[in-house]
Amino acid sequence: MTDPSQPLARTPLYDLEIGLFARMTEFSGWEMPVQYSGITREHQAVRTAAGMFDISHMGKFRLKGKDVLSQIQPLVPSDLSRLQSGEAQYTVLLNSQAGIVDDLIFYNQGQDAAGNQQWVVIVNAATTQKDKTWMLDHLDRSQVDFQDYSLHNVLIAVQGPKAVSHLQALVAEDLSGVKSFGHLEGTVLGKPGFLARTGYTGEDGFEVMVDPGVGVELWQALLAEGVVPCGLGARDTLRLEAAMALYGQDIDETTTPLEAGLGWLVHLDSKGEFIGRSRLEQQKRDGVTRRLVGLQMQGRNIARHGYPVLADGKVVGEVTSGTLSPTLGVAIALAYVPAELSKPGQTVDVEIRGKTYPATVVKKPFYRRPQ
Amino acid sequence: MALDYPEDLKYLDTHEYARLDEDLVTIGITAFAVDQLGDIVFLELPEIGDTVEKGEKFGTIESVKAVEDLNSPVTGTVVEVNTPLTDAPEQIADDPYIQGWLLKVRIDDPSELEDTLSADEYRAQVEGE
Repeated sequence: MTDPSQPLARTPLYDLEIGLFARMTEFSGWEMPVQYSGITREHQAVRTAAGMFDISHMGKFRLKGKDVLSQIQPLVPSDLSRLQSGEAQYTVLLNSQAGIVDDLIFYNQGQDAAGNQQWVVIVNAATTQKDKTWMLDHLDRSQVDFQDYSLHNVLIAVQGPKAVSHLQALVAEDLSGVKSFGHLEGTVLGKPGFLARTGYTGEDGFEVMVDPGVGVELWQALLAEGVVPCGLGARDTLRLEAAMALYGQDIDETTTPLEAGLGWLVHLDSKGEFIGRSRLEQQKRDGVTRRLVGLQMQGRNIARHGYPVLADGKVVGEVTSGTLSPTLGVAIALAYVPAELSKPGQTVDVEIRGKTYPATVVKKPFYRRPQ
Repeated sequence: MALDYPEDLKYLDTHEYARLDEDLVTIGITAFAVDQLGDIVFLELPEIGDTVEKGEKFGTIESVKAVEDLNSPVTGTVVEVNTPLTDAPEQIADDPYIQGWLLKVRIDDPSELEDTLSADEYRAQVEGE
């Protein structure tokens, strides 16, 4: 929770954002841009050209040690031993009931000259402190050097079909060969930077972590390249079209990855013991009782977070995220529904301001970028 | 961008305006409300013949991010609804005071508008926000 007596934190890009007439909002203790030129315009810039987001508020950890892998493996259901140096995995931290403590990305950076394994972990802004505590409680501190870089770096996401070509102009290394979820320590405007082909918009692009001074220069250089500054509003509509779960809304400590449609993160066969395993084994055996599905409203009404989902007049679930899709022009939502109602084509109702409106379960994601 | 608050309108602190013309009141939302909402994507209005009540919700407006109630400045009967706007709600933003009106309501008691805000009072309030 945010402590109202604490002033809001600002990223090193704050002054540049104000200069671009950003509308600012409170987000997890940070003062962040919600929009610049308008959510729909920013959204379309990312789908058709390139947009950039200040995501410096996200949590950033570096883990180092002789055997970090064996320390982090029990924290997640994904088999991180599959990752080569330069590869990354989107996954979740689980509690003992397989509830999701957070969703995050582990980046394998290989070994340093002294034989230490090096990993970068990027987590949600709202859960940075919780994740740090969770990880420190479950890691052997004598084995792992844990560093929290959250407040010391700028992180900029450059996203869209033209994102890589704009970014390439400012980076020494060839980015074309970096595959999805690949990453490298590179040279951004002549200075060291961490570049990862990851994002949260359903588009191609990079997330770039640099020192604050370089970050200010990078933001200005991207702006000069014609990359459109985008706020949290467009970030939310973009990720929802791509059916990417938002922590605290679509997933939380009461939902498991199998319920949330994140079964592809669960590697029961190749993994040993991990926190939450027995619950996932049981859910795999017995089946889950509810699933997070995509809904498309049949009319113009917009289903939003917290609205009830009904079947045969009875409340059976809840909308977790919803908006009017700027790309598709229809109202879309994510919602938990009973497993037996989770097949595409199934019709349910959503209660909006006291009335019910029909919606259809559709395949996720709502939007997939052309290959 | 400077926002416009026509002098001849009455304003609610919930960002609706009223234009009184004998016993007919035209209701809409202010340029400030439009600016705050951002991209408007959905509008739900009553039908001709419905009654609205002063201080009560008469409809809903949604932007990409937010859902807001529309509150009536008067009590009366809806005689006209700007229905083309419900198919193209984003057009409110082009001209909230003339083309972007929402309802025309026939009222019994013009004195109901006495406790609304003047343009200057409303401007002082929103610019202080």
